[in-house]
Amino acid sequence: MNQEPLTTVLLLELAHARSGDKGDTANVGVIAYEEEDYPLILEQVTATRVKEHFGSMVKGAVERFRLDNLHAVNFLLHGALDGGGTVSLMTDAQGKVFSTALLRMELKVPAKVARRVRGRGRIPTAGRLPPAEPGAREDLLPPADAYE
Amino acid sequence: MIRVASGQGFWGDDLEAPVRQVEGGPIDYLMLDYLAEVTMSIMQKQRSRDAAAGYARDFAGLMERIFPACVERGIKVVTNAGGVNPRECARAVAAAGQRAGVEGRARIGVVTGDDLMDRLDHLLAAGHPLGNMDTGEPLLPIRDQVRSANVYLGARPIVESLARGALVVVTGRSTDTALTYAPLMHEFGWARDAYDLQASGVVAGHINECGAQASGGNCLAEWWAVPDLAQVGFPIIEAAPDGTFVVTKHPGLGGAVTLRTVKEQILYEMGDPATYVTPDVTADFTTIRLSEEGPDRVGVRGIRGRPPTPFLKVSIAYAAGYKAVGTLVYAWPDAAAKARAAAAILRQRLDRLGLTFERVLVELVGWDSAHGTLAGDPPPDIPEVQLRVAVRSDDRGAVERFSREIAPLVLTGPPSVTGFAGGRPRVQEIMAYWPALIDRSVVEPGLSVDFVEV
Repeated sequence: MNQEPLTTVLLLELAHARSGDKGDTANVGVIAYEEEDYPLILEQVTATRVKEHFGSMVKGAVERFRLDNLHAVNFLLHGALDGGGTVSLMTDAQGKVFSTALLRMELKVPAKVARRVRGRGRIPTAGRLPPAEPGAREDLLPPADAYE
Repeated sequence: MIRVASGQGFWGDDLEAPVRQVEGGPIDYLMLDYLAEVTMSIMQKQRSRDAAAGYARDFAGLMERIFPACVERGIKVVTNAGGVNPRECARAVAAAGQRAGVEGRARIGVVTGDDLMDRLDHLLAAGHPLGNMDTGEPLLPIRDQVRSANVYLGARPIVESLARGALVVVTGRSTDTALTYAPLMHEFGWARDAYDLQASGVVAGHINECGAQASGGNCLAEWWAVPDLAQVGFPIIEAAPDGTFVVTKHPGLGGAVTLRTVKEQILYEMGDPATYVTPDVTADFTTIRLSEEGPDRVGVRGIRGRPPTPFLKVSIAYAAGYKAVGTLVYAWPDAAAKARAAAAILRQRLDRLGLTFERVLVELVGWDSAHGTLAGDPPPDIPEVQLRVAVRSDDRGAVERFSREIAPLVLTGPPSVTGFAGGRPRVQEIMAYWPALIDRSVVEPGLSVDFVEV
């Protein structure tokens, strides 16, 4: 494994997640799709790394708790919700989409892991243009890299 | 085996879900959670205007529909719909029962004693600081702003209601989880110090308490493959006396119960998973063992619990100023640049008016309102964005003036702007949440259970 080239994948391709709130703290539970990828998540998705990932979006500390029984880790992001609850002015005052914000994180994994997980977390056709139907106006379709 | 069906995950949830739970197959209990952290203060406000209000009115309407089936099949209903006025809620449910033709055939248990509002000054004077659990600040300096104060109650008064023959149990601020595990404690006669069993019930309650969030709703793992969410089946706990249970749903309904949907819900609003504190037991969520037991069936076992703490949690709501949110939509080209220019103009105008705000937040919906700075810079060819400006202040007048400064931007700011037809932003009073702890010996003697006959 130490000789194998590393490739970048998104945490989105290794795990699913759900987030919520407790006051001004957002929680994000990150769940490995496959048990075999859990050690990789434990190793790379540390509290320090998560704090760096969110930068100015998380004012306080980040705590991590392991749930080895569920192949999951739970993060508490303190001071992430502009005061939280009804005080917060944020659209996402209850931290509902911090889950996918965390899954944007990039991880370095062995190429064979990358090949196995590539594209997971997205609708199977996402990112590809739909096949052109007879008479379809291709000029109305966005270029493939429009939102890259 | 006892089946506890989840019928409502919050006040405003799918109104048809509990009806589907009753009609879709066998169940023994229907639990309905109506209370979120700030719901109590909204209900308190309603009760201050009308002494007969202050509870989830939806619940009486629901009972009118399902009462005959519940009476005929012996389905018991446990809910915290009582809000700050459980007695009036029970009265409304009794009236609904009469309209539904079950007069004389059902008893409603009413749990009270969670409301500390009338005792607040006495408690503070007696040396209970009710300090904020998150910040440590004492309550006294904001005492005059407090609008509601309710203790989270556990299973005991619900168990007592059931033991004394209630078909429907209406509580105020019971914990969400107790609505599921109190029926199990009643049915199986679990001892108060059987902490592993009660902790299993708490996990069952946590899985049930957000409705379809455990059965395919809001599920990130392959959400596109979850069938028929249009008539999603809410979760059902099939519990055994030994504390093991299966999470499932009615087979004829949509949604899915898988390891993934259940794991996501277990992690929802999780703190330290080894220390999930409830009034009855502290549950250890790191001991949960899950297994796939067939289509839409997930087995749960292995859960350990510890004795509860000497404290109960108090949910306090207090008035904390005012806020308003204004939005406008800007179109291509350079939509994001136009929106940001408009926000800058707005800020200058507010400054010149001498208005001060505790906070002004500018977001571009369609670009950074979900993922913040992780979204990076918007592409110049983004087709459109919605500018969303939100302000907060103790000064109601400042927030009101802000609400009049949005529309003028349409003709006095950057071009290609639309989406202002909704009128002026609404000024809202902020009811903030203040979690505190109180010695349980102060509260528990005041709990009471009484009954209303339909």
